[in-house]
Amino acid sequence: MGLRELQGYASFFMTIFLVVMLYGYIVYLYRSEKKGKKDYEKLGKIALDDEIDSAPVNTSDPLPDEKKEQNK
Amino acid sequence: MQSNAALEYDYTVAKLYTYTAIVFGFVGMLIGTLIAAQLAWPELNYLFGEYGTFSRLRPLHTNVVIYGFTVSGVFATFYYSAQRVLKVSMAESKFVNGVAKLQFVLYFIAAASMVITELMGITQNKEYAQMEWPLDLLIVVIWVLWGVAMFGLIGIRREKALYISMWYFIACFLGVAMLYLFNNMAVPTYFTSGGVGSIMHSVSMYSGTNDALVQWWWGHNAVAFVFTVPIVAMIYYFLPKESGQAVYSYKLSLLSFWGLMFVYLWAGSHHLLWSTVPDWMQTMGSIFSVVLILPSWGSAINMLLTMKGEWNQLTENPLIKFMVLASTFYMLSTLEGPIQAIKSVNAIAHFTDWIPGHVHDGVLGWVAFMIMAGLFHMAPRMFKREIYSKKLIEAQFWLQTTAVVLYFTSMWIAGITQGMMWRAVDEYGNLMYSFIDTVTVLHPYYAIRALAGILYLTGFVMFAYNMVKTMTSSRELSEEPQFRSPMA
Repeated sequence: MGLRELQGYASFFMTIFLVVMLYGYIVYLYRSEKKGKKDYEKLGKIALDDEIDSAPVNTSDPLPDEKKEQNK
Repeated sequence: MQSNAALEYDYTVAKLYTYTAIVFGFVGMLIGTLIAAQLAWPELNYLFGEYGTFSRLRPLHTNVVIYGFTVSGVFATFYYSAQRVLKVSMAESKFVNGVAKLQFVLYFIAAASMVITELMGITQNKEYAQMEWPLDLLIVVIWVLWGVAMFGLIGIRREKALYISMWYFIACFLGVAMLYLFNNMAVPTYFTSGGVGSIMHSVSMYSGTNDALVQWWWGHNAVAFVFTVPIVAMIYYFLPKESGQAVYSYKLSLLSFWGLMFVYLWAGSHHLLWSTVPDWMQTMGSIFSVVLILPSWGSAINMLLTMKGEWNQLTENPLIKFMVLASTFYMLSTLEGPIQAIKSVNAIAHFTDWIPGHVHDGVLGWVAFMIMAGLFHMAPRMFKREIYSKKLIEAQFWLQTTAVVLYFTSMWIAGITQGMMWRAVDEYGNLMYSFIDTVTVLHPYYAIRALAGILYLTGFVMFAYNMVKTMTSSRELSEEPQFRSPMA
């Protein structure tokens, strides 16, 4: 197998790998929100409530403070 | 939060880049209009000796509108919106503020030097990469300084989650850094030849097809990481903020982001269809270009859906009008590009006027509309005055929309006519038309394009006038508007 053929295979499998990663990410986003582990949509508020003294949104965790309490 | 009571966002650097965006926008579009007219009326080539010829001014036009106007717009909107979405002021770090100011000074020196050297005919002769090696080195410094300011600001942020706009700005920084370095690898001949010739001259480290491939890897990704990614960053911030509506689907914005990052880098070889690059690479460029519709439309549709239930704002607020039309032109342009990248279509479209037609519905309708809308949104917040005239914005909107439509429709017709005429053969297989036959046929369309340029430039002058009046003599505001920008 020559170098060019090897490059061809490497390119093909890397593309497949990246496609799997991308689709895996999509599944992860929707599944974690469905299970209530994440709330990505609240991050959209960062643009609206952007005064310097506004409370930060900080995380996509739906109930970050309560969970922190639970972990103590 | 007691200590933050007197703390305000510091817009000094954002203001400086706003000024340069206005100046370079005018200069770049003025040159663009002149060279459009030169194509219709060639005598206009001889107005200023060698400095007024099409060949000298065309690269100057592209460089000034890209690196002068657009990049100024990117930096202005970055230094404005990054503070806000990170909830940290530039004033909180003398280091970050100092770096940003130094970046502006060097940027201005580089941009001015770019104009002078290109007007003198000093060029690398690579599209969108004309600047010679000393300027390239300066640009590396400017870009690194931007990175330091960006990550410095991120480092001291209060808002721990990075808003989607920041992801796009970071992508712009990283993408351009990587591509610019590789494409501008060149050997300054003066030093390697023992002092022969001009000190400004250099030769690319690549040759032949490899050079073309690296060039279009850069060339197309300059479109990706200068004309798309930071402009998407702008619309993700300014449209929600101006309309008071959170982005329709944050998840879709994340998907579109990674989709765009994954696909865009592979599409550049569509510029080399039917050339000497390997066939598989051409096919790959075609396929990835078609796939590119998905992430592009993902962002554009997300923006249109952000207006769901609030479409009345489209008639009431001209800035929303600008942004919604920008998003629509983004959709048009990102559908048209993939169509042109299909090999059979490309056989007709390649090298024709359809290509600048495509570029301009993207840059005039999407990039410039979005930058102007962003700067209009920023003006009342930065200068604490309402926008000088709503009527003027409305008039500017319709004038420039007409201009964009005239531009791309004339170039569609011209390009397809041109492509068909070049390929036409008679019954014996001889070419039916010579080059000058196509030029004669296309003259009316070139005249329409020149008219479109005049209309768009007039609209830009209205924008500049409105901005200057807003900065200097508009009614002062007692408090910062939350969403909709106030205008007289």
